[in-house]
Amino acid sequence: MALVIAEQVSKMYRTGETEVDALKGVSFQIDPGSFVSFVGPSGSGKTTLLNLIGCLDAPSAGKLTVAGTDVATLNRTSGAAFRGSEMGFIFQDFNLLPVLSVFENVEYPLLMIQRTAEAERRERVMKLLEAVGMADQATKRPDQISGGQKQRVAVARALVTNPKLVLADEPTANLDHATAFMVITLMKQMRDQFGTTFVFSTHDPRIVGEAEVIHTLEDGILKGTEIMGGTA
Amino acid sequence: MGNIFKIAIRNLLRYKRRTLLTATLVTLGVVFVLVFTAVAGSFKNMMIGQITDSMMGHLQIHRKGYVAAIDSLPLNMGIKQTGYEKLEALLKQEKEIEAYSPRIKFGGMFSNFNETTNIRLNGVYPEKEFATVPLLPERVVSGEKSLNKGDIMVPELLARGMNVKVGDTVVIIATNQSGSVNGKQFRVSGILESATGPGGRDGYIQFDDAVDLLRMEQPEISEVAVRLKQFSKLSGVEKKLRGPLEAEKNPKGKPVFELHPWEKLSPFANIAKMLDLMTLFIKVMLIAIVLISIMNVMMMAVFERIREIGTIAAIGTPPATIRSLFLVEGLCLGLFGAVIGNSVGTIIILIVNLSNITFSFGQQTGLVMKAAIAPYDILMVSVIVVIVSVLATLQPAIRASRMQPIDALRHV
Repeated sequence: MALVIAEQVSKMYRTGETEVDALKGVSFQIDPGSFVSFVGPSGSGKTTLLNLIGCLDAPSAGKLTVAGTDVATLNRTSGAAFRGSEMGFIFQDFNLLPVLSVFENVEYPLLMIQRTAEAERRERVMKLLEAVGMADQATKRPDQISGGQKQRVAVARALVTNPKLVLADEPTANLDHATAFMVITLMKQMRDQFGTTFVFSTHDPRIVGEAEVIHTLEDGILKGTEIMGGTA
Repeated sequence: MGNIFKIAIRNLLRYKRRTLLTATLVTLGVVFVLVFTAVAGSFKNMMIGQITDSMMGHLQIHRKGYVAAIDSLPLNMGIKQTGYEKLEALLKQEKEIEAYSPRIKFGGMFSNFNETTNIRLNGVYPEKEFATVPLLPERVVSGEKSLNKGDIMVPELLARGMNVKVGDTVVIIATNQSGSVNGKQFRVSGILESATGPGGRDGYIQFDDAVDLLRMEQPEISEVAVRLKQFSKLSGVEKKLRGPLEAEKNPKGKPVFELHPWEKLSPFANIAKMLDLMTLFIKVMLIAIVLISIMNVMMMAVFERIREIGTIAAIGTPPATIRSLFLVEGLCLGLFGAVIGNSVGTIIILIVNLSNITFSFGQQTGLVMKAAIAPYDILMVSVIVVIVSVLATLQPAIRASRMQPIDALRHV
């Protein structure tokens, strides 16, 4: 069964007097373990769609099911619990907590959200830090490491709870090309290693090619879906 | 919970100067409250102690109507022998009473054979009087700390004005109840320091000398001063005595006695109330300082960290945990201020006590300022600060926990 099922999903925003249709009836499916990208120019609705899949927002119309749950049924608290157990997030600006070390940032979801026992916590954090190549920087604070390193820590943080789905909104926008490529490669490796589904948005044509399924959005409409090696 | 504290403290340390400034404000508030409470409270207790222990006693019993006419020291409103016996029986029954002393109070003329002036006198049984007002002997600045038959203790200001010394002979002339005048020679046995409050500038002679001087066939007692074993039980004992005292009626059916605690008789009671009120105001100011400074800094903290709040909310931190993170931060700030404030306040109180600062109050000079703070007060101030800190953080914390992650993440 598909991990994400979107059926005629629409999202309308109201800013003051004007209404903005950010998404206009989008339908697609995302299979478990896939490496999916949403591409399109800015304002095309990528971020809106990722927010909906991430249960940070509810659709105005249509039905969106993530990991078997209709996202419209979630409230503030149950939404937080659902995100905490089923999803990982990677942000454009890395968004590491500045007062916590690299280790503590990765540990945070296990400590403050899932409340995992200490021994297991340590083991999982170190395993992920090793997987992203940041184990030797574990005691550093975010302001002591580079942007690419921060995003690697963020990838580890997103994966530490063993989520079904990791969402990344423009994960490489603040990185130079080499680093961006490295981060995408790392995400792919993690998918291979842990079987986690990755969904990311980008408008960077240099890394789009790394995705296995590419959904193209334009003005809130899904223009096309490309599966690497053929068009659907 | 430990991790919430860890993150909260690290967030506080992130803006060291601001945290220090806010904690200093709280500290200053706590120090002011402690030092003021200690100094004002000790001054109050010292003055009350002096008033009750050196002249008034804790309670006084008079014949009904005496207190209304107390300024003229009326001789026709005394308690007669039979009435006093009933009263004595009642006072002896009450276990909380340590001592009581019957007094004959009257006004007379004081003559050193050259000049004459007015004097107010108490005729007392020295052993009973000294047991009831144990600080009275301490007020003797020169002479003997005892009072024998034919002796008089003269208040200091009068002695100085009349140029009278210990051992001198003086004459007291008084008018008795029926209007006839009598005089009697006394030896000055001691000079009494003035004390604040009514009766603070009275002289003392023996009870029997007063009976003689006033040519009383039967002694009539103007007032009975009562000392309790524990001052704190005053209102309880007062209530207990009031019933039987008021039950005592004269043939016309009117009550014979009236009972007054010290604070109904001394104007200092109002100053004491004023001090209590001021202490309360200072506490209210402390609450305002803590509330405003912590609320301000926590609102700022929430505003500055909107994106961080968005991040932790997005990755699934429960709203209650986000709320706790900020509440604990405010709590730590208040706690820090309270601990430092209490320490600094206690040190200042110690310094005040060690430096023997003296002050004057009314005619009294050279009073040593003593400051004492009860552990209860320290605990109270700490509890106030901590509770107010949490209350001040409540609004910003709730605001943080209710933020929509997408709006917070979009915040620049």
